Amino acid sequence: MGDNVAIELRNISKYFGNNAANKNINLKVNRGEILSILGENGSGKTTLMNMIAGIYYPDEGQIFIDGQEVTIKSPKDAFDYKIGMVHQHFKLVDVFSAAENIVLGLNEKFNLKKAVASVAEISHKYGFEIDPKKKVYEMSVSEKQTVEIIKVLYRGADILILDEPTAVLTPQETQKLFAVLRKMKENGKSIIIITHKLHEVLSLSDKVAVLRKGEYIGTVNTAETNESELTEMMVGEKVILNIERSEPKNTEDRLIVKDLDCINRDGVMVLDDVTFTARSGEILGIAGIAGSGQRELLEAIAGLQKLDNGEIFYNDPSTGNVENLRNKTPIQIRDLGVRLSFVPEDRLGMGLVGNMDIIDNMMLRSYKKGHSIFLERKAPKDLAQHVIESLNVVTPGATTPVRRLSGGNVQKVLVGREIASAPTVLLAAYPVRGLDIGASYTIYNLLNEQKEKGVAVVFVGEDLDVLLELCDRIMVIGSGKVTGIVDGRTATKEEIGLLMTKTQSMYEKEGL
Amino acid sequence: MEKAIKKVKTVPFHIVKRDPMAWYYNLLVRAGAVIAALLVSAVFITLMTQKNPIEVYASMIDGAFGIKTNNPDLRSLRIWSLLQNVAILLCISLAVTPAFKMRFWNCGAEGQVLVGGLATVMVMMFLGDKLSMPVLIIVMILASVIAGIIWAVLPAVFKALWNTNETLFTLMMNYVAIQLVAFFLKYFVKSGSGVLSPMPQFGLPRIAGKDYLLNIIIVAVITILVYIYLKFTKQGYEISVVGESENTAKYIGINVKKVIIRTLIVSGAICGIAGLLLVGGTNHTISTTTAGGRGFTAIMVSWLAKFDPLYMVFTTFLIVFFDIGAQQVSTDFRIPNAISDIVTGIILFFIIGCEFFLQYKIVLNKNRKENA
Repeated sequence: MGDNVAIELRNISKYFGNNAANKNINLKVNRGEILSILGENGSGKTTLMNMIAGIYYPDEGQIFIDGQEVTIKSPKDAFDYKIGMVHQHFKLVDVFSAAENIVLGLNEKFNLKKAVASVAEISHKYGFEIDPKKKVYEMSVSEKQTVEIIKVLYRGADILILDEPTAVLTPQETQKLFAVLRKMKENGKSIIIITHKLHEVLSLSDKVAVLRKGEYIGTVNTAETNESELTEMMVGEKVILNIERSEPKNTEDRLIVKDLDCINRDGVMVLDDVTFTARSGEILGIAGIAGSGQRELLEAIAGLQKLDNGEIFYNDPSTGNVENLRNKTPIQIRDLGVRLSFVPEDRLGMGLVGNMDIIDNMMLRSYKKGHSIFLERKAPKDLAQHVIESLNVVTPGATTPVRRLSGGNVQKVLVGREIASAPTVLLAAYPVRGLDIGASYTIYNLLNEQKEKGVAVVFVGEDLDVLLELCDRIMVIGSGKVTGIVDGRTATKEEIGLLMTKTQSMYEKEGL
Repeated sequence: MEKAIKKVKTVPFHIVKRDPMAWYYNLLVRAGAVIAALLVSAVFITLMTQKNPIEVYASMIDGAFGIKTNNPDLRSLRIWSLLQNVAILLCISLAVTPAFKMRFWNCGAEGQVLVGGLATVMVMMFLGDKLSMPVLIIVMILASVIAGIIWAVLPAVFKALWNTNETLFTLMMNYVAIQLVAFFLKYFVKSGSGVLSPMPQFGLPRIAGKDYLLNIIIVAVITILVYIYLKFTKQGYEISVVGESENTAKYIGINVKKVIIRTLIVSGAICGIAGLLLVGGTNHTISTTTAGGRGFTAIMVSWLAKFDPLYMVFTTFLIVFFDIGAQQVSTDFRIPNAISDIVTGIILFFIIGCEFFLQYKIVLNKNRKENA
């Protein structure tokens, strides 16, 4: 058995400043085995894998490959030991074809024909579907991921590390990926997969290693464990994962979106004939593969996106007037009570300023008030204190730059600020991305509270299980088109998954 | 396993980012950097010139403060000249700071100062004997400020509307300014020598009999105003938001174009005033080298102070001190200017380089023993 160990980590530690990102981690992966690394965001999963892949250098501890102690100083060293990592953010050259990307940077004579042939061979062996000559910019996210995986295999990797590979895939694509991974396992490859989705862990892996706050909690055999045990290991306490979904009360149409079209700078139609209604006292979920137009849609409502066609009507509950948001500036829209708590991919990119402290970030919304040329910091200071206390933001103080807070706390600051101003429409895009389980449920409860207060909540989510638990209605979009609107209480995951990949709009189908 | 036993390669050290540190540690590292710089420079001076480095440093300090001379006039002249140079450089550094805070890389301070000076000199030359002194001064201020604004706002408008590269644009504007001055000197200096003789009679007034006191007071006031502007006003807040993240700025409804143009108006206006102080308050004439590269030095001053106007007083002082000190060393020891420049370079290298040690630490890897 001992000879079968492909890679072993002993007492690996890595510190960033005074924080231990990883502390005394021990791991073992055999040949022909799939190991899941499970842990909440910030628990040190990616840091650990980056040390195996040669991106970081461990402060303490040893790495053994095939029983030999090794030093991995650079990604090149990692390749020499047949370790390959597929990162969460793809590293491909857009204007090159799949095959060109795969041979890029290799120290061998450039022979595209041969490359295409061996790419085809690898694809065939493991059941990938890929056209080696297709250019990367023409590919979907899952195709790009396939290229990344083949790239690693082409270099002869025996140990594969995949960082959150399913985050960008539909349920169907995920199944396909898992089938491929199982085939690799049969071929004797060792696979390490980072994830925080429990059901994936259970369906795919042989063993699960759990990390919590940088510490190694333990490794269990998948066959001998279950979801609630894993959650407990991950969070450190028993958590009850339950979203209380109340029946919508006194709903009225708040936002009526009609025939929205939007063509982006590259000439791609990112929104195509989008029509829907958001009601007060209701959570409308938006499901879809990342980049299907969710961002543009919310930005359009908030007045940040130029539209090529369509109208957005807003029923003002205080006056009873109907306003067309398309003719208004972002500030006017905001003053009407439409709040966007948008969380883009880089979390701090839009709603908050990373280098500013919590007080100054609270001020982003209100600094213009009054006629004085000077800033008024008293009210934002009180608000900051209120948000910190009521949402349990973990921070050294209100004057700490938000970039130094953890993802969950950044999110609490942002959402706390947005709901502080009593909105009538709350747009939230991926509000729990990167948050741990506890913090995620805090956010879900906040959204629920807003719904019960009569706010029209629009929630763009990526976890279909959560969408189905939280939302009253779910609108599915694919390639900028609305492919269906389903009832959150009766719809199934498969149904939504199918709608996500459908390209025909529901209106075309119905012959409208 | 029959694999050949490979020797485990070890790396002697690796680099880790560190947490922000206590202020006293900060101070310690910086002080250490200065001492290290002085030591290295001392070795260099001894090797290259066979002079006693302590004497060389003494001559540097002498150049700035006149400590060695017994002539009180000379001493006061040196100190005033030091303060005057600090004031002008500080003024230009303050001018570029709002733009830099907004991540608008204004490399055109040189030109903006020069046109400010050109406007001043033209007012002095053509209106000097036609207007009463108070009116003349007002016209000089207006002309220099407007000229500075025009030079700064042109690249800003192009940046705001068509997203042109402001670094290139502002740099090019420097050459236009230099050529304008050259043109002016060629065609309006009647002697044809291309050198305009000073016109102190039309300059800014002296206060308490001191040549440069007015300059220094004006710059001190500007320092405080810029500090307040950046830290406590809504416009200053908008500058920070635009600089940190344009997306956030758009998202909260800041008109980014307006902020860019408005900030460069401020930047250009202060550059114009620097030109006024240089021409109206110091030289009373103009040449193509009146700005003397200060527009570029100011960039370094502003960065060194991390865009904080109060720290900038110290960083300006540091740079000016080395500059004047180095000139004195060249005169005293009859060594080429280049040697003093190299010494200044070494010292700056250490001061800037120590930032690395404030943000990162080096971890030595213990000798790993084979404990398999």
